[in-house]
Amino acid sequence: MLLVVEQLLNGLQFGLLLFLLAAGLTLVFGIMDFVNLAHGSLYMMGAYFAATFVAWTGSFVLGVVLALGATLLLGVVLEFVALRHLYGRDHLDQVLATFGLILFFNDLVRLIWGPAGLSLPLPGWLTVPIQIVPGVFYPSYRLAIIVVSLVVAALLYLVVMRTRIGMLIRAGASNREMIGALGINIKLLFTLVFGLGAALAGLAGLMQAPILTVQIGMGENILILAFVIIVIGGIGSIRGAFLAAIFVGMIDTLGRAYAPDLLRHILSPTAASTAAPALSSMLIYLLMAIVLVVRPEGLFPAGKR
Amino acid sequence: MTASLNTRTAVTALVVAGLVLLPVYSSISGNVFVLTLFTRIVIFALAAVSLNLIMGYGGMMSFGHAAYLGIGGYAVGILAFEGIGSGFIQWPVALAASALFALVIGALSLRTRGVYFIMITLAFAQMAYYVASGLARYGGDDGLTIYKRSDFAGLVNLSNRVQFYYVCLGCLFGGIYLVWRIVNSRFGLVVQGVRSNEQRMQAIGFHANRYRLVCFVIAGTLCGLAGALLATNTDFVSPSIMYWTRSGDLMVMVILGGMGSLFGPVIGAIVFLVLEESLSQITEFWALIMGPLLLLIVLFGRGGIDGWLERLRRG
Repeated sequence: MLLVVEQLLNGLQFGLLLFLLAAGLTLVFGIMDFVNLAHGSLYMMGAYFAATFVAWTGSFVLGVVLALGATLLLGVVLEFVALRHLYGRDHLDQVLATFGLILFFNDLVRLIWGPAGLSLPLPGWLTVPIQIVPGVFYPSYRLAIIVVSLVVAALLYLVVMRTRIGMLIRAGASNREMIGALGINIKLLFTLVFGLGAALAGLAGLMQAPILTVQIGMGENILILAFVIIVIGGIGSIRGAFLAAIFVGMIDTLGRAYAPDLLRHILSPTAASTAAPALSSMLIYLLMAIVLVVRPEGLFPAGKR
Repeated sequence: MTASLNTRTAVTALVVAGLVLLPVYSSISGNVFVLTLFTRIVIFALAAVSLNLIMGYGGMMSFGHAAYLGIGGYAVGILAFEGIGSGFIQWPVALAASALFALVIGALSLRTRGVYFIMITLAFAQMAYYVASGLARYGGDDGLTIYKRSDFAGLVNLSNRVQFYYVCLGCLFGGIYLVWRIVNSRFGLVVQGVRSNEQRMQAIGFHANRYRLVCFVIAGTLCGLAGALLATNTDFVSPSIMYWTRSGDLMVMVILGGMGSLFGPVIGAIVFLVLEESLSQITEFWALIMGPLLLLIVLFGRGGIDGWLERLRRG
């Protein structure tokens, strides 16, 4: 029972992290109609920046803030130099160009930081376990991720639903040409949204960094999960991305935790332990396939409402 | 037949001649490496040709094409592992398995369009990837070594480097011929019609999705053949053969060479792999050059190499 609570929290934490990544992606996707495979690279860069800046400054908080700023800047520069020229293009061109960027960033990281991974040590105050219900201790850092992600999600919701910028963003997601025709500076809006998405990706990356090692290619698997999420949720829909992210996070975590035990009933123990991670990963893609077959535009398509 | 001599046909003829005569050069100069490199290139060219059939002519942007490489490869690998060494069983099974997979995922994916199609094909390929990593009996993540190449009862000896190269090249030319026949048939014209205007094709009475699906299955089967060749070439098959970056590589080859051109993907595969090989010999960080190069090609090189040759011809 206690383990179940812990696993549910882990699932929630992973889901929220995925949401941060997917939110930026779905905004960029929904508004600019731009498929950005390099979003995962921004996630990776966020983690590398954090590891570097924390080591430099000796302060976890300061390092993290610097890393966030650096990722945002990187995103804006990237948009300005390269991606801006790809907006009107075919999705295929975008996939290809950003695929090239992934190759570039992976090797850039290898050149600067070397092929071995980095680690981001936590400060003492984030390593104490916290008693959440009597008898259940949960790592305070994971709890911190949940809190930070929820706060960011709430802020994002407020910005998108309650401010003028947010109104423009939503308008852009449902009809791009129209808001341009109404005299809104789309270029600026695009750069802004892209920077925001980059910062969110960077935040997700640096928060994940102390749990996993910071390594090359860390953004790729999680990027595909983020794509799955925005496709399930409906492209351009923040709400859809949120629900889908929690759902996918839960399936992934609970699947990894319980599938081995379940599989042990039908398979030999060794076969079960190999097959279980594969099975839980597959479950997510299966979910996506089912959603797309039943509702080809995702659960909450942005353009329709 | 009077073939007008232009740059494009000249380059095509040159490449074909080069590919056919390559083993001769290799044996005269004693350069074995170039033969192994080009065996790989020819196999990837076949995969790219098959992807071009759905992407260039059918307008279906599949981001999961590497899955068939894996399925073809694993079919050969698993049968060899289980002691069935005859190529007359292994290869048809590889083709049939790929066709079946293409039929199932095609029937589901073709309900969606645009980005959703790109993503769902990607998702299915990733599923195949995870299935392969979960196959504990066949090596899981570490992959499966093929100890004995397919036995074709003395017809061809796949362990012979030159013979295997010509088998691959024969498959490639066969694949190109097949695509050429398809594209110019009534069926192919319908598929291309659906690409340009689906509603109109529906309105004049064609089941658009049925045509698309058949095209999708043919392409998948052809790529499964490339997978069987690829696994034979390395005597090894692992899940990484169908990792999503591999699908990306295939797309790059098609677009680099020129989408919707018969011979373009072959040139694309040659340029991509030779570039990768030579850049990685210059510097360990070859992707640092390759990445931005891709970006530039997309930004400025519309129509790929084939489009460039075409423009050159028109002056």
